[in-house]
Amino acid sequence: MSGALHVVKPGLLTTVQDLGRFGAQESGVPVAGPMDAFSHRLANQLVGNDAGAATLEITLIGPELVVEANTTIAVSGAHFEITCDDRAVPMGASFAIEAGQRLRFGRILQGARAYLAVAGGVQTPPVLGSRATHLVSRMGGVDGRALASGDRVPIQNVSPPRPHRKSAGLTLPSNGRALLRVMPGPQDDWFEPDALKTIAGVSFRISPRSNRMGYRLQGPPLPRVRDGELISEPVGLGAIQVPAAGEPILLMADRQTAGGYPKIGHVITADLPLAGQLAPGDFIEFVLCTRQEAVAALIARERQLLRLADLRGAS
Amino acid sequence: MLLVELEAAIDPVINERAILLASRIRARQARGVRDVAPGYCTVGVHFDPLQTDLAALEHAIEVEFSAIEALDAVADRPVTEIPVSYGGAGGPDLAGVAQFAGCSEDDVIARHSAPTYRVYMLGFVPGFCYMGRVDTSIAAPRHRVPRERVPAGSVGIAGGQTGVYPVDSPGGWQLIGRTETVMFDADRARPSLLAPGDLVRFVAVPRQ
Repeated sequence: MSGALHVVKPGLLTTVQDLGRFGAQESGVPVAGPMDAFSHRLANQLVGNDAGAATLEITLIGPELVVEANTTIAVSGAHFEITCDDRAVPMGASFAIEAGQRLRFGRILQGARAYLAVAGGVQTPPVLGSRATHLVSRMGGVDGRALASGDRVPIQNVSPPRPHRKSAGLTLPSNGRALLRVMPGPQDDWFEPDALKTIAGVSFRISPRSNRMGYRLQGPPLPRVRDGELISEPVGLGAIQVPAAGEPILLMADRQTAGGYPKIGHVITADLPLAGQLAPGDFIEFVLCTRQEAVAALIARERQLLRLADLRGAS
Repeated sequence: MLLVELEAAIDPVINERAILLASRIRARQARGVRDVAPGYCTVGVHFDPLQTDLAALEHAIEVEFSAIEALDAVADRPVTEIPVSYGGAGGPDLAGVAQFAGCSEDDVIARHSAPTYRVYMLGFVPGFCYMGRVDTSIAAPRHRVPRERVPAGSVGIAGGQTGVYPVDSPGGWQLIGRTETVMFDADRARPSLLAPGDLVRFVAVPRQ
């Protein structure tokens, strides 16, 4: 039997996301997916889903939802005050919910984006193999857009509830500041040798003109030593591209598949979830790192998910 | 993402090498590789670092790179014709481009619809093709301030490139006409009308 999440209030920007739409970047199809993939995966694990199940990504101001199914729910990522029929429910833990109960997101205390997972995953129709919402190309999720009042987002009716699990979750940015590790390239030689030191020594402020495509970063100029235009090339998540005169842009989940600005470096995969927990007005400090350090950091991050998986296996 | 860089040039043969390299890397179906996309003269290899043996992947890319290095011709491909209604409401910049070129609007239409264009790369939004090269006399630069909304089907010029907007989106290209051709439809067996390396000719049709 099927059910739904009935959207009473949509919140600021609530979208359906899975791990992203891979395999069609050659046709210009952007990947999309969660801004904080770690918390998305953790929320899924807490309700016993595969990592690729679709969740709701909730941004800064959360929604009010009536759950029209018996199911198990978990919220991970940004720390919100959440109530279920006016009783407080914890972040980072799974809990059973009955059809008709009302889930309300209140104040946000830390971070920027939370992930709401339901047992079995959000069931909006996949587009090109993915349920991820890409807002600019209006693809995936609910009609390729953010949730709106009155939407009924399809979910499964899962009964009896799945067992209770909890996890500490991602360490969120404190005081709106995050330290992100960066590997140089591929065009770091387009900039003055000091430019890499510059980006590693100061704070960049995330401009209000930032969104799921990318964060515009306000900070010191990064002078180029090379003129001319880069021939447009494929770009990846976490690239720091630098337009000739403007603010550097940290490319995030909804980035285009290709770009023509030189890229001074890339935020390492292990630190991208932390980047996803930042909002306009927050600050980023970059620190350079090697590939070995990047791999070690990713393995350390992954251990947290593996530990939880082990607990599941034992239960 | 690993970026494989060929010679930095907008050139059909180099682009052909990039496309072939991308398809050869894709065909290996290496564990952890999620997507392989060619650019004008580069290939992006997107991988999941937790699933990928990076040293093995880099070695495989080197092997494939040496296999395509000597390629010096482009494959013969059919030409896709795209009917365009030039000027009018669908082509608000036709007069401006004529002014840029110092010729008549009819000359712009003739010069834009004469060449067979190559699709070098797709990007920006699903199905958006970067095609070249546009006749230098009509290669007007982008608008300094992009339009907030360019309607789907708009045919534009940006310097030496031309293309069609597949969906309503912001855009800074010089809009000279409109087509009914659907460039991208996720529900089709082949969602994108065009792929990298494809050939295109624009055909002038009377304005509706």
